[in-house]
Amino acid sequence: MTRRELLAGLAAPALLPAASTNQPLTVGFIYNGPKNDLGYNQSHAEGKATLRRFPWVKAIDEASVPETVAAEESMRDMIFQDNASVIFATSFGHLDPFTIDVARENPSVQFFHCGGLYDEAKHPKNIGIYFGFIDEVEFLSGMLAGLSTRTGKLGFVAAKPIPQVLRNINSFTLGARSVNPRATTKVVFTGDWVLPVREAEASSSLVDQGIDVLTGHTGSPRVIVQTAERRGVFGCGYQFDQSSMAPHGFLTGAQWAWGTVYVRIAEMVRAGKSVTNGTIPRRLTGTLKDEFCKLSPYGPSVTEQSRSRIAAAKASILNGSLEIYRGPIRDNEGHTVVPAGRTLGITDVALDKMDWLVEGVDGRAHG
Amino acid sequence: MKRAESILIPFGAIAAGMIVFGIFCALAGANPLLVYASLWKAGFGSWYSWQNTLVRASPLLLCGLCTSLPARAGIIVIGNEGALVVGGLGAISAGLATLSMPPWFCLVTMGIAAMLCGGLWIAFSVALQHYRGVSAVISGLLLNYLAIAFMNQLIEGPLRDPSSLNNPATYPLTPDHRLAYFSGTHVHHGILFGVIACLIAWILVDRTTFGFSLKISGGNVRTAQLVGLPVGKLVVIAGFLGGACAGLAGMIEVAAVHGRGNESLNAGYGYVGILVAFLSRQSPLGVLVVSVMVGGLLASGGMLQRAHDLPDATITVLQGILFLFILLSDTVYGRFRTRAHINSGVKANAVAV
Repeated sequence: MTRRELLAGLAAPALLPAASTNQPLTVGFIYNGPKNDLGYNQSHAEGKATLRRFPWVKAIDEASVPETVAAEESMRDMIFQDNASVIFATSFGHLDPFTIDVARENPSVQFFHCGGLYDEAKHPKNIGIYFGFIDEVEFLSGMLAGLSTRTGKLGFVAAKPIPQVLRNINSFTLGARSVNPRATTKVVFTGDWVLPVREAEASSSLVDQGIDVLTGHTGSPRVIVQTAERRGVFGCGYQFDQSSMAPHGFLTGAQWAWGTVYVRIAEMVRAGKSVTNGTIPRRLTGTLKDEFCKLSPYGPSVTEQSRSRIAAAKASILNGSLEIYRGPIRDNEGHTVVPAGRTLGITDVALDKMDWLVEGVDGRAHG
Repeated sequence: MKRAESILIPFGAIAAGMIVFGIFCALAGANPLLVYASLWKAGFGSWYSWQNTLVRASPLLLCGLCTSLPARAGIIVIGNEGALVVGGLGAISAGLATLSMPPWFCLVTMGIAAMLCGGLWIAFSVALQHYRGVSAVISGLLLNYLAIAFMNQLIEGPLRDPSSLNNPATYPLTPDHRLAYFSGTHVHHGILFGVIACLIAWILVDRTTFGFSLKISGGNVRTAQLVGLPVGKLVVIAGFLGGACAGLAGMIEVAAVHGRGNESLNAGYGYVGILVAFLSRQSPLGVLVVSVMVGGLLASGGMLQRAHDLPDATITVLQGILFLFILLSDTVYGRFRTRAHINSGVKANAVAV
């Protein structure tokens, strides 16, 4: 680099974003599971694929990277063997201690981790956190379930009773009950993220109990939607577009749109910004409005009337007139969790500690 | 002859497996020769890749012993994963209980707790087979499920750190109560435990009367009983020692890698350990070599995805193919020898005539 180039780079980094380098920006992704799981991992792989629109990005990825030393190794390999300067670690368990360790060793590389909390005392400065709030989309999906059910019984197959899952069960149920006050959601926890056989059994047993809309929150609720179709009931997806699993009974679903995040971060890095010096936000979160998540395409059985009601509700969410956690909200043990007159915005940190299930849910949030 | 056989057959099986794997890669659209080159480069090509390989090998050494020690006494143990998980749980419980003590004391307590938990877990399964006729293969498999369920229950319940919101885990160990790394590398001291365990196991099974009695019990129970060996005690002890090794692997995962107990304890090392034990034909020194080899394979899985666009399951396919060939090759032992015997016999006759 000549002195003139250096000066130009210093003077106008925003005007000359690519002046300092002709090398592509290498971006590495690691996923916890297979990238064709029609679920969480595929939602990230699809997000990665949106980077193809930038000829100056070289995106590489590794699937089925477990939350062990293997995660550290994959990140290091991407840095040393492929020259990656940005790493996205997409699974919750990749953060501590793996991303933290590798980030500390490689201060010039920027790391972005999906979910979790940044701890200034413990974490190196080159780690950023990104995540989406999908509750509003679950609410809309629940509304459509509430409008479509004939028995008023909805089924939710969930992995573990952790806050993220409870938020989805609750917002789905709140949505359903906003249009169908007698609707109830029966929850079955399978105990782990990827247990297709148990998910299918749980789904089937829910249908046996008279449930006619099934949804879930597991690594990929593909099997849940598939079982719904096979048993002739409605299905709502999650994580990724699962409409292909249920050509007749698919209603809609809440799905991630990580491409929004990846495109935005790639552009910021190219413009010379970094999370280390704070020019890229330490915590980048977004909602339906920010297009971090979206509603899956409607299935064929969704009526025009339902579509327009969902569209209206979506518009109210976007303009801020519909807030889904508006008090009074009671849990299913009778305690008031959001008092009357109070509203929790969906980015409120209190919701990150959720340990209750809303009134109308048949299930238990803890042991 | 026997020695040559024990080297030629495994290598032949590996070569045959690699050829079949090459065909698989070609079908998946990758050049097999380049894939072999990548496997080598990512596993053993540089000091950097050697570090990856050694890190991967470290739990395999101990998990391999978990199958290979009881195998000496004629019992097939596949409960390695369960033993590793309960060992890890024992370790983190003991570690958290002794956090106020000096680090060395805490680590020793963790190691002992882990070995006890893992050891009893496998000893139980072996005892079931010896005394009650319940196959250790079946009980070990079922005990794996039980251990994982038990772990989830503890980590999401009594042992849970309430601040681990979306990724249930136990409270963490403090940094100075964790196993250290070799300076300048990302290889942790856990590998030493594995190497030492393999050497001790080798001395035990090949150089002591205990090892010899184990071999007799494994070869023929009736004979062992006839010569007055306490067969029951022997096999249960072998099971305990094997389980203790896998338990120790769990402790290393907790103390060196995670620093806490979480569901990542169940990462499949136990199952790969079975493969290692069979590949090494149940010899502790073999476990030493094979663990490093398989560690290298595992470490190159990522490279296959990034450089050759092969699916993430490729490395599992390779493992499966190798396992099959090794098992098949087991049936070939002795065949060459008989032919050689016959040949030499013929020659001897010819000379006599």
